[in-house]
Amino acid sequence: MSEPLSRLLAGALLGRPLSVPAPAADPIALEELAGSLARRSRRLLGRSLAIREVDAGSCNGCELEINALANAIYDFERFGFRFVASPKHADVLLVTGPVTLNMKIALERAYAVTPDPKWVVAAGDCAAGCGVFAASPVCVGKVRDVLPVDLHIPGCPPSPMALLRGLLALVETVG
Amino acid sequence: MATSLDHRFLTPLSQSPWPHYAVDQLLWRRLGDDLAAGRATLLSLWAEPDSVHLCLLDEAAGRVAIVSLAAVDGRFPSIARRHVPALRLERSIRDLTGLSPEGCPDLRPWLNHDQPYSFLPAEGPGVHEIAVGPIHAGVIEPGHFRFSVNGETVVRLEARLGYCYRGVEQLMLGQDLATAGRMCARICGDSTVAYSYAFAVAVEQALNVVVPQRGQWLRALMAELERVANHLGDIGFICNDAAMAVLHAQFGALREEVLQSAEACLGHRLMMDRVVPGGVASDLDDRGRANLLEWLTDAERRFARLIEIYDNSASLKERTLGTGILSAGLAARFGAGGFVGRASGRAFDARKQLPYAPYPELDFSVTVLNRGDVNARLWVRQCEVRQSFGLIRNILALLPPGEVRTALPTPAGASEGLAIIEGFRGDILFWLRLDDAGRVAASHARDPSWFQWPLLEAAIAGNIVADFPLCNKSFNCSYAGVDR
Repeated sequence: MSEPLSRLLAGALLGRPLSVPAPAADPIALEELAGSLARRSRRLLGRSLAIREVDAGSCNGCELEINALANAIYDFERFGFRFVASPKHADVLLVTGPVTLNMKIALERAYAVTPDPKWVVAAGDCAAGCGVFAASPVCVGKVRDVLPVDLHIPGCPPSPMALLRGLLALVETVG
Repeated sequence: MATSLDHRFLTPLSQSPWPHYAVDQLLWRRLGDDLAAGRATLLSLWAEPDSVHLCLLDEAAGRVAIVSLAAVDGRFPSIARRHVPALRLERSIRDLTGLSPEGCPDLRPWLNHDQPYSFLPAEGPGVHEIAVGPIHAGVIEPGHFRFSVNGETVVRLEARLGYCYRGVEQLMLGQDLATAGRMCARICGDSTVAYSYAFAVAVEQALNVVVPQRGQWLRALMAELERVANHLGDIGFICNDAAMAVLHAQFGALREEVLQSAEACLGHRLMMDRVVPGGVASDLDDRGRANLLEWLTDAERRFARLIEIYDNSASLKERTLGTGILSAGLAARFGAGGFVGRASGRAFDARKQLPYAPYPELDFSVTVLNRGDVNARLWVRQCEVRQSFGLIRNILALLPPGEVRTALPTPAGASEGLAIIEGFRGDILFWLRLDDAGRVAASHARDPSWFQWPLLEAAIAGNIVADFPLCNKSFNCSYAGVDR
């Protein structure tokens, strides 16, 4: 091992963690989930949620912030979240973007192969209401126009902290 | 000019700031020959319902020109027929306007996905296909990759894009500048500052607006912060794709701190909607300046340590050296911008070659390497991070006082503007025409990745499938920027 690397690892072992303190679940998200999930099957997931992210036509701003959830600062795995490579392994579809005509089929197929029970989270203003692309003839619409949505996390893009608070509300409600 | 465009005998339709000429079919075809012969570089090709526009760069002379040709019976002579980098632009024009590029060797739809698509065949004993996407395994943008492989070796890759096609250019038609600017900021979120910068400069060219000096310097500050954040994130991801998790984590933390500083000092993590026509939407106060200086001093020190680790890790460099080689010839032919071009010998950086305010007043250098592999692209990017750190320090030290934004004048009539701005991936071109009420009458945004995606396909050929993520991340082409 190179000397700079061993110094870095020693520093990381002895130093304080980089992660920010845990935020509280978003009360607005809790309220939305109470309504949408009351009628649906609930199952104990052991406070663990496998997330499949689907970019359905986003500008990539939301993806940057969703990726940041996994960095050492937000470290969302400490709350039981993890990204999975296939919708077949997922509990949650985290969908961004105004749904474009060209992504509609892929999004529907991803939902179809996600095993029940499953939840859909629409992240960002485009996913919630098409944002600046509302009048586009080549967008189908907001995520709710294509899939049943359990939770909206607003923002352009939503910050990692907003995403974390929304997802924590989800895990508290379904867990 | 070494091209067929003789400025002495042509009268420009407008000057914005580069000349815009109307040309006939003969000259149009000769310019196609110039591109094919390397006498000019293609900057973009786009269309309105009745005409096509070609933007060319004469690299030796540092000159740009737009030429326009009226379409006849819905057709125009294909440029791609002679110069293949124009190919996907022509396929896109056909989908967007219905105009047909006569003689174009590939007329498959590009943005319209309503018909079955046939990928170009690769045949031979043992060759089979791997289809990936549009939804990928990671948290990234949508696109489809079709690999033809023989054993572990990639014989051919063909990308199919257009999944993020939102019709931005059509949506902008008739919009006021505030609305169109918000749309432009959302063409490509990771380059939102650069896109807004390009939009603002194009508008200012059209309306003859001079931005206050402080506004210009703050734009450069934001552009460099954006460049640093993206390079840090991507260098980390490249290390991750070569299984070096500790560097991924460390670069990720460094990147996060850039965004937190941007939010604290400039009001938004990605600095979205902060660059506007006339200047910038948020000023930097003394506290913000002090915060940024503190972040910078710490980041410079930690960054240098991480790069030293990268440079000393044989297991990591074994993966990046010699992998995904892009030849200098292809980089030059496609006019590859950004670190993709600069790692393959193409010494082009819009901040230097087509300088715009405030960069002529700032001191920085541009690194050019020749090996064209994953390591070269990463190394160019780490040099750029250091240069951007220097630029940021310079800007913070010398930030001129005064206003940050000026009011836009009432338009005197219809006008047009062109901007070429160096984003972190390379040069972003934005062109627009305004009507006499100052609304958008036509626009075109050309992402650097138009000329980088085809090169990724070339660079991966002969590599193993398992090295694709590494190669792909070392290019990190934009999907949303190209799809619009």
